[in-house]
Amino acid sequence: MTAHFLQVQDLTKRFSGKNQTPLTVFDKVSFNIDKGEFVCIIGHSGCGKSTIMNTLSGLDSPTSGGVIMDGKEVSGPSLDRGIVFQNYSLLPWLSALDNVRFGVKARWPSWSKAQIKQHSLDYLELVGLKGAENRKPAQLSGGMRQRVSIARAFATQPKLLLLDEPFGALDALTRGVIQDELVKICVKTHQTVFMITHDVDEAILLSDRILLMSNGPNAVIAESVTVDIPKPRQRGDIIKNPGYYTLRNHLVDFLVNRSASSHYKEQTRPLMSNPIKSQLSKEKSEPLAPRSCAVSEILPTGT
Amino acid sequence: MLSVSQKAALVSMIFLLVVIGFWEANSQPPKAQEALSEYELLMGGADQEARIPPPSAIAVKAWEELSDPFYDKGPNDKGIGIQLAYSISRVLSGYLLAAFIAIPIGFVIGMSPLMYRALNPYIQILRPISPLAWMPLALFIIKDSETSAIFVIFICSIWPMLINTAFGVASVRRDWINVARTHELSPLRTALTVILPAAAPTILTGMRISIGIAWLVIVAAEMLVGGTGIGYYVWNEWNNLDLTSVIFFDFNDRSGRHVVGPRTQ
Repeated sequence: MTAHFLQVQDLTKRFSGKNQTPLTVFDKVSFNIDKGEFVCIIGHSGCGKSTIMNTLSGLDSPTSGGVIMDGKEVSGPSLDRGIVFQNYSLLPWLSALDNVRFGVKARWPSWSKAQIKQHSLDYLELVGLKGAENRKPAQLSGGMRQRVSIARAFATQPKLLLLDEPFGALDALTRGVIQDELVKICVKTHQTVFMITHDVDEAILLSDRILLMSNGPNAVIAESVTVDIPKPRQRGDIIKNPGYYTLRNHLVDFLVNRSASSHYKEQTRPLMSNPIKSQLSKEKSEPLAPRSCAVSEILPTGT
Repeated sequence: MLSVSQKAALVSMIFLLVVIGFWEANSQPPKAQEALSEYELLMGGADQEARIPPPSAIAVKAWEELSDPFYDKGPNDKGIGIQLAYSISRVLSGYLLAAFIAIPIGFVIGMSPLMYRALNPYIQILRPISPLAWMPLALFIIKDSETSAIFVIFICSIWPMLINTAFGVASVRRDWINVARTHELSPLRTALTVILPAAAPTILTGMRISIGIAWLVIVAAEMLVGGTGIGYYVWNEWNNLDLTSVIFFDFNDRSGRHVVGPRTQ
């Protein structure tokens, strides 16, 4: 097998209570992420996106299957994987700077105080929070809090950045601004990112590839859609790309009409055990050329 | 126009004057008593009714005691300052000992569901026991009244701190624990840098409840063990039938409470 940066193999999560039939949230989910890739996962709530995220981070363990990152199996939380939580999860008794410093100190315990401070300040500046570093989270707006959270994750320079609906709680305007910043930072750092989102436009703007999950229980990854609108993308320009609406319509159509279909569940399970592998090997042979069509591959689900 | 706080102060003063005036007016000795012989006075006089001393007598007594709080004329006659100091030192040593033990154990119970379930029955059985009920047992085992008083303070102030710490630690937000986990912090670092600050408000609440209880219990404990302290002082004056001193003490107790800890009421 070609060594992808991150390999998720046959991941299954089943919750079994005492007098209940076990609930299989997702079943044999497999996908890969390459270094430097930005992958989004979209699906209705309850399909297990967050559980997949927690498994990747190591906070939760799967019922069966495994995750291999950079040749090593993920068996617990690690500083190699930075996480931005949906509700920011800043420590409210620490200032913005101290929250970032918290991560940096944990990452490089041997650094000097001045070095830790400088590094933390650099990353706060990167997210546009210069001057607000001494404020407590309660004194920051929602958007600023999420920026601190992003700075904390980026500052530890993780190999993989996990974003759990990072903009879900923000208003549309703030969300746009921070998305633009995220695009900029990712271009600058070539960060590998895995992100959960509900927002189709956000997914198209940010990702190289979008994974579509069918509805739970027994959710599977139904399709992997490559977004080959050339990067860097601008919010204003992206909608003028001829492939944009084709792609958007395809995603929305999936979420509205096809995600619930049992089609993905019974009929095709054996074939779907590793749907992306074939996809990726094809991508390898024909590298991302600036094509006009945005939807390069939609996984044939019945073949 | 007066501000609300000025008005409140004025109303308070009026209440005070009314109550003190009523008290003063109703606790004067009967006129006839003044003409009695010394013998009759010693026998209680014509009026057999015992009266609460008037506020003026208490003010005189207070002035007398407070102008020389640190005199020491033998074991039965020490200044109010010395008595207070004894009580405060007992409360503080028992209380600090309790904090020293309750907070770490509370952490363990809060962080480990196993320990919580294992220790909870004992806590629930021991906690409702009246602190003073421990006194005979303490006196028997420790064989020292001074240490027994400290033990009673210890045992009464340990429970609120233990339970509040365990509760505070157990209810630290899952997200913050996850932040610590994803940053690969050791359990000790997690406890110190994440759980302690997050649980601090609850722990402090427990400490405040404890110091309040400790100050209530010390007076009763000292009435029992005797020797020194404000509890002993007030009981001693009661035995001397010196109600003026008893009432003086009751006001003084408030000031001791302020010395010992934050305003609990």
